[in-house]
Amino acid sequence: MTRSKGKTHQVQAGDSGGNYVGKAVRRKEDDRLLRGLGRYVDDIDPARQLHASVVRSMVANARITNIDVEAARSAPGVHLVLTGRDLGDLNEPLPLLAGHPSLIAAKTQRPLAVDRVRYVGEAVALIVADTRYLAEDAAELISIDYDILDPVVDLGEASSTSAAVHDDVPGNVAGVVTDGVGDPDSVFASAPYTAKLRLSLERTGGMPMETRGVLADWDPRERMLRVWDSTQAPVAIKHGLCRMFGLSSQQVEVIAPDVGGGFGTKIMLFYPEEVLVPFAARALGRPVKWIEDRWEHFVSANQERGQIHDAEVAFDAEGTILAVRTNFVHDTGAYIPYGIAVPANTLTHVLGQYAVKNYAAKATILYTNKPPVSPYRGAGRPHAVFTMERLIRTVAAKLNMEPYEVRLRNLVPADAFPYDVGLTIDAPIRYDSGNYQAGFEKAIHHLDPAGFRKAQEEARARGRYLGMGICAYIESSGPGPYEGCAAKLTDAGTVVLDVATASQGQGHATSFAQIAADSLGAGIDDVVVRGGDSGKVDFGIGTFGSRSLLLAGNAVAVASERLRNKIAAYVSELFECSHDDLEFSEGQVSVKGAPGQSISLAAIAALANAYGYPVDKPLKDDPAVLEKLRERAANVATPPVFTEDGYFGVGQQLFGSGVHAAIVEVDPEVGAVDVQKYVLVHDCGVVVNPTIVEGQVLGGLVQGLGGALLEVLPFDEQGQPQATSFMDFRMPSIEGLPEIILDHVETPSPLNPLGVKGTGEAGAIPVAAVLAEAIEDALSPFNVFIDRMPLLPHQIANLVTQTPQEASIDDSGVVDAKSDEHK
Amino acid sequence: MTSNDTAQSAQVRCTVNGQAIERNVESRMLLSDFIRHELGLTGTHVGCEHGVCGACTVLVDGDSARACLMFAAQADGTEIETVESLASGDSLSPVQQAFSDQHGLQCGFCTPGILMSLTACMREAGCNREQMLSAVGGHICRCTGYVGISRAVDQVLAEGAEQDRGTES
Repeated sequence: MTRSKGKTHQVQAGDSGGNYVGKAVRRKEDDRLLRGLGRYVDDIDPARQLHASVVRSMVANARITNIDVEAARSAPGVHLVLTGRDLGDLNEPLPLLAGHPSLIAAKTQRPLAVDRVRYVGEAVALIVADTRYLAEDAAELISIDYDILDPVVDLGEASSTSAAVHDDVPGNVAGVVTDGVGDPDSVFASAPYTAKLRLSLERTGGMPMETRGVLADWDPRERMLRVWDSTQAPVAIKHGLCRMFGLSSQQVEVIAPDVGGGFGTKIMLFYPEEVLVPFAARALGRPVKWIEDRWEHFVSANQERGQIHDAEVAFDAEGTILAVRTNFVHDTGAYIPYGIAVPANTLTHVLGQYAVKNYAAKATILYTNKPPVSPYRGAGRPHAVFTMERLIRTVAAKLNMEPYEVRLRNLVPADAFPYDVGLTIDAPIRYDSGNYQAGFEKAIHHLDPAGFRKAQEEARARGRYLGMGICAYIESSGPGPYEGCAAKLTDAGTVVLDVATASQGQGHATSFAQIAADSLGAGIDDVVVRGGDSGKVDFGIGTFGSRSLLLAGNAVAVASERLRNKIAAYVSELFECSHDDLEFSEGQVSVKGAPGQSISLAAIAALANAYGYPVDKPLKDDPAVLEKLRERAANVATPPVFTEDGYFGVGQQLFGSGVHAAIVEVDPEVGAVDVQKYVLVHDCGVVVNPTIVEGQVLGGLVQGLGGALLEVLPFDEQGQPQATSFMDFRMPSIEGLPEIILDHVETPSPLNPLGVKGTGEAGAIPVAAVLAEAIEDALSPFNVFIDRMPLLPHQIANLVTQTPQEASIDDSGVVDAKSDEHK
Repeated sequence: MTSNDTAQSAQVRCTVNGQAIERNVESRMLLSDFIRHELGLTGTHVGCEHGVCGACTVLVDGDSARACLMFAAQADGTEIETVESLASGDSLSPVQQAFSDQHGLQCGFCTPGILMSLTACMREAGCNREQMLSAVGGHICRCTGYVGISRAVDQVLAEGAEQDRGTES
């Protein structure tokens, strides 16, 4: 263990020169969260509240022959028992997102299963009782008869098994998605060298610390449905509920209060409970709350990652990559609520930072009897990076080069931006900005590969196995279409920003405030951000795909700029000067170079309205200026309204990027991996708040480390989940953190005013690839080949004792490292 | 289980954040539910209900304890402290302040439990970095990667060392 283990070194990002943007501003949300004054869904206990419990399938694939709920209906404290038949039209299959012509059999889940269940955990009935305890008692009394069918569990066999997840979907194929560029087949036919691998990543999940939860209240006086939902997309949930319940947009309000982590898991649109709980509240005329327990989270919250890739690379003797092909299967679980979203991300991220002109990819999306899949932090990108970087390592092995040397040889040049990859799956993939060489240079500087090779040799002489890995990634960010912001100068002199994107810990209340504060010359404490409340803002999509700062942040910039112009117009008339003569600073609007010609935002807010008065701030303005303002206000028929909307969309995704590198020590006997040092160099364009960016990137890294070394959601042959508690699903703890070095490259995006690119998923994306390379490098004396992630200790120990999988390099130069075992 | 069983109740007399509490509760009510929903102290969070994640950690007679693994009835006669007791007025406690200074939290859900474990740890004489990290080792944080938490621990220790020097001189 190195002396610096557990320490983090951050090289400071550039400072953009604003008062707040670019600065490590302390998070505005922390004080109340630290005092225990957060407000998560389960913290809200309205009067007359009832509690719901969901009865779930305990089998993976079965026809329901009978559901007997009579005993439960008469159990103590029970107010309502719902089955699918009680829901009427509301029990139609839930919406499909990211639909695409390549989906040939898109199936989504019904709120409650009626005659068929397709995974352990699928909702079958809902019970509402006086307390959760009584609701769970009653759940025990519900009896469901099943005609059990063979389940589809193993992804590798899902298309060949006779078992079916959906009876009308042959081969369990939901869809086949392809994309590509150039003419890879010809290149493969003539290339000097080719290599072929089979690679797999297993299922895991975001596992936020706060489980899902929904509280709904129907107010019969206002005919108004209020829902508090631990979701990443309250506005989208609101509009969906309006449609499903036949209510107008004024009749539904969805609030995401504090949300205890999301990571993609909490944007589903819709989970069954998001429909069932509002339905029950309306039916009973009382507030109904459902809080998911951790077992339920393991069996009914969405999961991700299961893919098996056949991947091929064609290359020349110098290590130039001529073509890449990958043909992979994607496990979507029992339903496909997110359409092609995850496999499409894989398709478009395989080439990453590398300028490869010939590429073909084909994804076959397969149903299995497991919980549905939707994007989890990384969302198909870790698979892409794992595939490409494993191929590059194979090229390097053949040519006896360092893998990073092969990478450097193939990078998209810094002068090639904007760079068209040539893929067009949804919209053209065009990298807006980047400097990949700079990222590699920094990573190599921090890792010191030459020095490491010496240390590695010395360690081996002492019987210790060190290894290094360096991998690169790109991160598409900011899926559209837009986000919006309403910026308002309130009569208290406070700037209020209403945005549709809810925060699950990303610090929107701080970074959005920084943007508006700089634009309006306001103090950071005088800007209030309200997110996650559909009653305050009507249009917007949600927090996902590393999009909030990029889209909502720029919408804040647009709205703030408009508000500034509106205030400037008013003040320029007051002082009889031009807009350009005004400056906004420290809460004042002043005429440049004219002492005394200055007014505070607080005074404008309070007194521009004839009947206005300062609400909570004593005005310290010059009395003569205040008098002038009062006079002016007294004679207008229409008060100035200092509220402006701003929307922002780009029309394409923007591409963050980075290089990760690690040094690990592996104990070959027990398979333990000690990550000693981890270097991250990332580029998310302009950094608005370095502290928050660091938190996002490093949080993602540690989640990625868990995904590489600890976390897996296995299922047995009957489709029974084998990890259903934190005792079976191990996540990283504070112990054993590596020494971390975080450095930046800053290539501002030319496609948005702030110059930012997303970074929410960056930390997690390449970690599996980096650790695979580092572990393999450490174990190179044993000639192991790593073809899957995660890798648990017993699997690593087995690799060491197994016959090496990496076999022949035949005379024609074909490297065949295909492994036969893919369970 | 019949309705008679579930109706069994127990008397709980305890002190919570210095206030005397006396309630009748269902015997099977968890301490975490009692604190959150009977007493309205919702700063104590519930993340797993099987004693692993640590979000529900409170202090019972000064020792850190998982509120989800105790029945409210078992708290009879004890003194309980929750996250709401840490700050005094405008001032955050040293651990809270360190978390604020060092970006030791993101979504804030796991945070109260960690603050309570560290608070208990710091009251032990001679509490060192290893013990504090070990205390945090009993908690899962899914957002921060523990980097800010680790720095917060360092800050608290540095402040403690400074104070010790101050008292010596």
